[in-house]
Amino acid sequence: MTSRNIILIVIGVIMIVPILSMIQFTLRIGQPVKGVQQYGFQHYIDVFNPANEATYDPLFQGVQNSLVIAFFTVLIILVLLLPTMILIELKFPQFRKVLEFVCLIPITIPTVVLVVGFIPAYQTVAQIFGSTPYTLAFAIGVICLPYAFRPIATNLAAIEVTTLSEAARSLGASWFEVMWRVILPNLRRGILSAVLLTVAVVLGEYTIASFLSQTTFQTALFLIQQTDPYAGVIFAVLALVFVFILLVLIGRLGTFRGGRRPRRKSKVS
Amino acid sequence: MTAAVSTASATTARGAGKPSRRRSAVWLGLTPFAIYVILFLAIPAVLAVGSGFFTASGSFTFANFAAVTDPTLQSDYLGTVALSAATAVVGAVVGALICFALLGTRPDGVLRTVIDSASSVLAQFGGVMLAFAFITTIGAQGLITQWLVQAGLTSNVFNNFNNNGVLLYQVVGLSIPYLYFQIPLMVLVFMPAMEGLKETWGEANATLGGTSFTYWTRIAFPILAPAFFGSVILLFANSFSSYATAAALISQGGLISLDIRGFINSETVIGHQNGAGVLALAMVITMIIVMYVYSVLERRASRWRK
Repeated sequence: MTSRNIILIVIGVIMIVPILSMIQFTLRIGQPVKGVQQYGFQHYIDVFNPANEATYDPLFQGVQNSLVIAFFTVLIILVLLLPTMILIELKFPQFRKVLEFVCLIPITIPTVVLVVGFIPAYQTVAQIFGSTPYTLAFAIGVICLPYAFRPIATNLAAIEVTTLSEAARSLGASWFEVMWRVILPNLRRGILSAVLLTVAVVLGEYTIASFLSQTTFQTALFLIQQTDPYAGVIFAVLALVFVFILLVLIGRLGTFRGGRRPRRKSKVS
Repeated sequence: MTAAVSTASATTARGAGKPSRRRSAVWLGLTPFAIYVILFLAIPAVLAVGSGFFTASGSFTFANFAAVTDPTLQSDYLGTVALSAATAVVGAVVGALICFALLGTRPDGVLRTVIDSASSVLAQFGGVMLAFAFITTIGAQGLITQWLVQAGLTSNVFNNFNNNGVLLYQVVGLSIPYLYFQIPLMVLVFMPAMEGLKETWGEANATLGGTSFTYWTRIAFPILAPAFFGSVILLFANSFSSYATAAALISQGGLISLDIRGFINSETVIGHQNGAGVLALAMVITMIIVMYVYSVLERRASRWRK
């Protein structure tokens, strides 16, 4: 047991060093004078000071765009992937393998390869929807498929969907009631995980946004880091902690009934 | 959304020809997702690898494949493979050690949730932010670099590697941030296999007079071997296809994914999109080979999970 604890402590300490370095970096004030570094919260105050709004505007714009993209991506998962998975489970179990294969393709094809195809494809998308950052949800939704598929599939496998729906049907429920009152409540754990993972993937997505020249959280972070490294690192730390907490919540409160959909006015041009 | 709705109604006409109306209505339920996947996965994938076979004006050609003989691209390809292989092996060994250490803990305990979550953050979310983390750790002004400088090592391994400047901005140096998403990924993919070890095997080993050493060398390792090597391959694929961390640290060339960026952003090379297509094809072929080997190993590994 002790050797296991030693392994965990040693690796844990090594893994935490870069995160601590980031925090130490954000607290630095100026260059060291005669080997003595000044520390304080000056950079944090600067970032959230309204007077500097213009400087950090792209960053806040990026965060906002990413949240809206996350909303639409979650919608794609809930409206396109989820019903398809339930339908295949109920009516076409012979296609289960096919669906799994399709959903895992985005892991096999590197994002940077897909981007080479997204660039010409988005010339058409831009003609239909205009060149707004929100259309990235279509492309990022594809990247999210593997992450959204897994938790829902695990949940589907754990409950007897066919038996449940047959029982509900023989008790006189309509298909709508079967879905809304029997299947979906039983899947809420898997759905919640899928949604939170999707949000995490969208907030961390850099490749697609940078190649399609749209401002998202990550591309803005990358830009701001070149002019103001402190602001870049502050937001990176905050984002890492935020997503870490999000994932701990998935783990601890899997049964928690969450209505945490980002509230946003849906404006698609 | 709008696209899904309109395309679904557009396909109604096609579905109506089916023999049973009820059955075809159910089939229809699969079309929105199918159309989405065709439009945003199949078509981009085909466009990506297909563009290598065409000239900028759209006629078929093999001329773009001259890129394969380019020594810079060749060495970048080999460099990508070497970086991926090295980080996959080291990441797998260290990750497996963590899994071993976690074996005694409760699967639903707080420690496991925290480690799982931290692993997911680093393995799937890191990207650009992981690059920042290492700039502040071993970059020119990084915490550890500064400590070494203060300790008297003004020119140390981090700020002047191979007389080529900061280690982190060289392909070799990328292996350090890469390990920070490889090790967590190993924990995520290898832990289920580790948990598949049955207690009864340990007991059987003990009753037959085996030691803990014989248990690991003669029972656990042979059983875990396919899962372990499968995970190594998955880690290789993960490094090979990653882009964000490298893109944030290296501004030009060095890795095949960065060469794709170079081709796409280049305004001087005519038909640059098609050059990117050749590299995309090379990456996909590598990934298909790698994933095939993975599926073979995975099939062997799953025998013990029943």
